[in-house]
Amino acid sequence: MRKNKIYHVGFVIPLIIVFTAFFLVPMVISLYFSMTVWNFDSAKFCGLKNYITFFTTKSLWTGVKNTLIYALLGSGGITVLAFMLAAFLTSRIRTKNFIRSAVFFPNLVSAIAVGITFTAMMHPTKGIINKLIEFLGGTRINFLGDTKTALFSVILVLLWKGLSIATVIYVAGITSIDTDYYEAAAIDGANGWARLVHITVPLCRSSINTVILLSVIGSFRNFDLMWAMTGGGPGYATDNMASIVYKQYAAGFYGLSTAGNVVLFLIIAVLIFPLQKLLNWKKEV
Amino acid sequence: MKKRQIKYLMGDIIGCLMTVLIFIIPFIFMLLTSLKDRKEANLLSLSLPSEIHLENYIQVFQENDYQILRAFKNSILLAGISVALLIVVCSMGGYFLQRRHDRLSGILNKLVMTGLMMPAAILPTIWVLQKLGIYKTMTGMILVEAALSIPFTVMLYIGYMSNIPTELEEAGFIDGCSPMRLFGKIIFPLLKPITATVIILDAVTIFNDFTNPLYFLPGRENVTVQLTIYNFMGKYQSSYNLLFADVILITVPMLILFLFFNKRIVDGMVAGAVKG
Repeated sequence: MRKNKIYHVGFVIPLIIVFTAFFLVPMVISLYFSMTVWNFDSAKFCGLKNYITFFTTKSLWTGVKNTLIYALLGSGGITVLAFMLAAFLTSRIRTKNFIRSAVFFPNLVSAIAVGITFTAMMHPTKGIINKLIEFLGGTRINFLGDTKTALFSVILVLLWKGLSIATVIYVAGITSIDTDYYEAAAIDGANGWARLVHITVPLCRSSINTVILLSVIGSFRNFDLMWAMTGGGPGYATDNMASIVYKQYAAGFYGLSTAGNVVLFLIIAVLIFPLQKLLNWKKEV
Repeated sequence: MKKRQIKYLMGDIIGCLMTVLIFIIPFIFMLLTSLKDRKEANLLSLSLPSEIHLENYIQVFQENDYQILRAFKNSILLAGISVALLIVVCSMGGYFLQRRHDRLSGILNKLVMTGLMMPAAILPTIWVLQKLGIYKTMTGMILVEAALSIPFTVMLYIGYMSNIPTELEEAGFIDGCSPMRLFGKIIFPLLKPITATVIILDAVTIFNDFTNPLYFLPGRENVTVQLTIYNFMGKYQSSYNLLFADVILITVPMLILFLFFNKRIVDGMVAGAVKG
């Protein structure tokens, strides 16, 4: 009973109010509004019509597909590349502090600023990336203007910006591994690669799991960066759920926009919760 | 031994070259372009400016009747008040959630975890704001930013609080200290390190946020820094010098923050990510 007195319910009341009013309530009522045609003032129930429109219109359906591609390639790329970078940074490299700071800084720059900068650098004729490619003897790439390459170009920038935090998490995980393991392995004649695969990877499993989940969640929410770079285009080649929600809102189809929001919830629920179970996230940390 | 030293030296050289090429050049590009005149900037090359044009910055300031000053004021106000609110709400809420182990705290913990995974339901949030009469107001925007950052912030506090022994509170309670004073005088001061982390992480996130102000705070009066640059993008597609002067202006506060708090930011992110 004493516990209930010291940790009075009053402590959590403000949190409950703010979180419920501006997060939980909108989330719950989105289920209803996704089945209406509405304009904030009045709503007319229309059943599952919005969802049917969603899955039968190619431009909308592409958003679902792209969302999954962003999540898969974005988080896969970050998980692997950041690990390699962290393994490099924890070896006996003297300039690691410089490299670490340089890799980390993009995390503090707003996605809009990053998007504008890379759009200029990826310019089809004048951009410095194409200049470099030409200098190396390749042919120019129309990074953001071609429906075949636009999505992957945006994902590349997503990786550029997302590597920082993942690398930092890995570095923390790797440096906390007891050096005795490495010494023992070295005595037994294990080479660098064997030590990396058989010691580093298994012993920083919890960091790997954290990075996978964070990057998946991050890629699902990606809006700012992609919006600054392509605005969903060319056509709807780089659209994801977040941009579709915005586009339908801007076009005045509020019910359809809300349905898109609910579809995003469902995708995340279907993928993240099992993924979390699979990775056994909470328990291991 | 000699061979290994050479290997590490090569690693250093290649690592630095790659870092400069991939991570430093974009920033150099931003800075150089912002100092060129219009014609030169539009070539989008990485050359040094033939003449330094600092007046680009002045022009960005004067644009739209000093819109950027208003934007800075709004963004700082938004980030400042939201973070203050988050500290109060989440330190107390985290205290409750970490210390109590009953049904209520169990359910709340699950709901907060859900918030960590799920994005906001955007249009219904606008509807709620309208019903409360705070749509398109700073108050509404602050409450939404706070609500969306609650899950992450509470997780930081819960993670840190699990290392603080409960004996302190029990002793204080037996001595007749009220729960509120107990928290205010004993627990909250002990949370200082994690509060510092919360301030930096949430302030950066909210200052850099583009999506939420785009939806919940429209209107010329309410413009935030990230929106100014977005408006610029439409207006100055052919004046990259001005566009990048604006990019530099909104990036500099973060650079200063980074130079001063580098270690704190990095440690905080690790703590937050690993514990959350």
